[in-house]
Amino acid sequence: MLASLSRRAILAIYAVIIIVPLTVVAFGSFKTTQELFAGPFSLPHSLSADNFTEVVGGQNLGSSFMNSVIVTGISVPLTLFLASLAGYAVSRLKGFMSWAIFGFLVLGMAIPAQANMVPLYVLFGRLGLLDNLVSLILANVVSTLPIAVFILGGFMRTLPKELYEASSIDGSGPWKTYSSIALPLSAPSIAAAAIFLFVIHWNELLYPLLFIQTPGNRTLPLALLSFQGEFQTNYPLLFAGVILASLPVVVAYVFLQRYFVAGITAGASKG
Amino acid sequence: MSIHPGTAAKHKAPEDQTAASAAKVRRRSPTRVNPALYLFPLPAVAVVAFFLVMPTLQAFQYAITDWNGFSAAFNYVGLDNFIRAFTKDSLFTNALTNNLKFVLLVVIAQTLFSLILALLLTKNSRGSILLRALFFFPTILSSVSVAFIWKFIYDPNFGLANSVLRTVGVDGGAYLGNDAQALYWVAVTQVWFHSGQMMVVYIAGLQAIPRELYEAAEMDGANKWQQFKSITWPFVAPATSIVVAYTTVQSFKAFDLILGIAGNPPKSSLDILSTRIYSTFANSEFGYAAAQSIIFMAMIALVTWLQRRLLRLTPKGD
Repeated sequence: MLASLSRRAILAIYAVIIIVPLTVVAFGSFKTTQELFAGPFSLPHSLSADNFTEVVGGQNLGSSFMNSVIVTGISVPLTLFLASLAGYAVSRLKGFMSWAIFGFLVLGMAIPAQANMVPLYVLFGRLGLLDNLVSLILANVVSTLPIAVFILGGFMRTLPKELYEASSIDGSGPWKTYSSIALPLSAPSIAAAAIFLFVIHWNELLYPLLFIQTPGNRTLPLALLSFQGEFQTNYPLLFAGVILASLPVVVAYVFLQRYFVAGITAGASKG
Repeated sequence: MSIHPGTAAKHKAPEDQTAASAAKVRRRSPTRVNPALYLFPLPAVAVVAFFLVMPTLQAFQYAITDWNGFSAAFNYVGLDNFIRAFTKDSLFTNALTNNLKFVLLVVIAQTLFSLILALLLTKNSRGSILLRALFFFPTILSSVSVAFIWKFIYDPNFGLANSVLRTVGVDGGAYLGNDAQALYWVAVTQVWFHSGQMMVVYIAGLQAIPRELYEAAEMDGANKWQQFKSITWPFVAPATSIVVAYTTVQSFKAFDLILGIAGNPPKSSLDILSTRIYSTFANSEFGYAAAQSIIFMAMIALVTWLQRRLLRLTPKGD
């Protein structure tokens, strides 16, 4: 009785600690600064979208949003494609080669982004990719390829070999077997990896901070960060930015919650 | 038992082997590795080699130079950069101390807290599932968003925390404005940010424990604490090593959160290794930044290795 009461108390308190700040942010994004400071918990007087129009228009958040969509929209499928090709080969090759390729690709999980940021900056400089969205896509792909190979390769290894054999008896080449057998059967792990990558790529801050110079090429997290300097205590404006930056992930989370948990835990338990 | 079965087996064995190897050959021939298969991992291998492995190796080269990133000329200075970091650069040693303190705090708090949440939400009732989804939610937000939310909570004048405290007649604190405490408050934010994710790892571990064990323990008259100690804990030990390892790397890399909550560059009480490396880099000291990043990588490897050693001492069910 007492135990169940304290269990409920702990859960209720933590639920409040999560819900209240998020609600205050949501309400606050419609308020003026004075209104927010007067009563952070109160409902906004009006649903005026002034803060949103200001962050989208005046602060380049609109173009940052598009940049984020482009970078994430290319990085995620590209990572999945390269990782699934490699994962498929690893699951079909035998012996030393399979082990060596897998080991080489997965070893990268041990390298933190900060470790190679200086040489990567120099390399992108030499390739003329600085201040260019291509540098962000490349950096995203390469930094998450190891873990994507780990997740997809690990899954593809568990697929029954007989299916591949049947397919090659039917005369399919490796490409056909990959695209018509391995890929469809790996859908659950691809979905999990896709969401995991989406969250990482959408929220990525270090690479844009390193490689992007002009405001027009900023992605959302970088644009948001630059707010912090300009609008120290204009919280309603910051909150409108937070909401815009989070919207796609939150909407996806509401509908695909189960996959988020599967994806991020796959990442966590193998990171 | 007579000797016959053995003899029979001996007689049969070669036949079996040939049959088996024949089957193996038969089964193998259609799957003989198609050489085209070697092309499949090629793009991934090339990308990783060119943009990940090569730059990392280059970091070791830069680390022993005084290169400023722009001029063509630079000198090899041996281990000077490393010596400078540990003996002459109080900004670096301060960041290192902060970082170790932060990692220790977050690892202990987050591991305990996520385990408690998982224990309270193991059962698959509707309420538990809903709460799990809620507690997991912060994980999907960007660090900058989380940083802004908590910057507002901690704001000494207008912030949420102090407004709540004022209504119950208590004077609030300065939070991030208090240099002695700032790191602790960021640790709280980090735990809020990622505990839900680690809770889910724990729940997966907890749900693998066979129910019968608890029933048997209950029949033997074991109380809740004894059940936890001798059933739950040994079973969640593997999950714990995952949670601890992941939380370590995550808190070493709290870069985004610190920049968001403290500004760029952060004040010294909130400076950690990753933010220090970035500042050094932004200051055009490429050689020195590379050396710092190698120390950073070694630090993560060392702490992870130490944890493996320590966690191995965990009793596996006595």
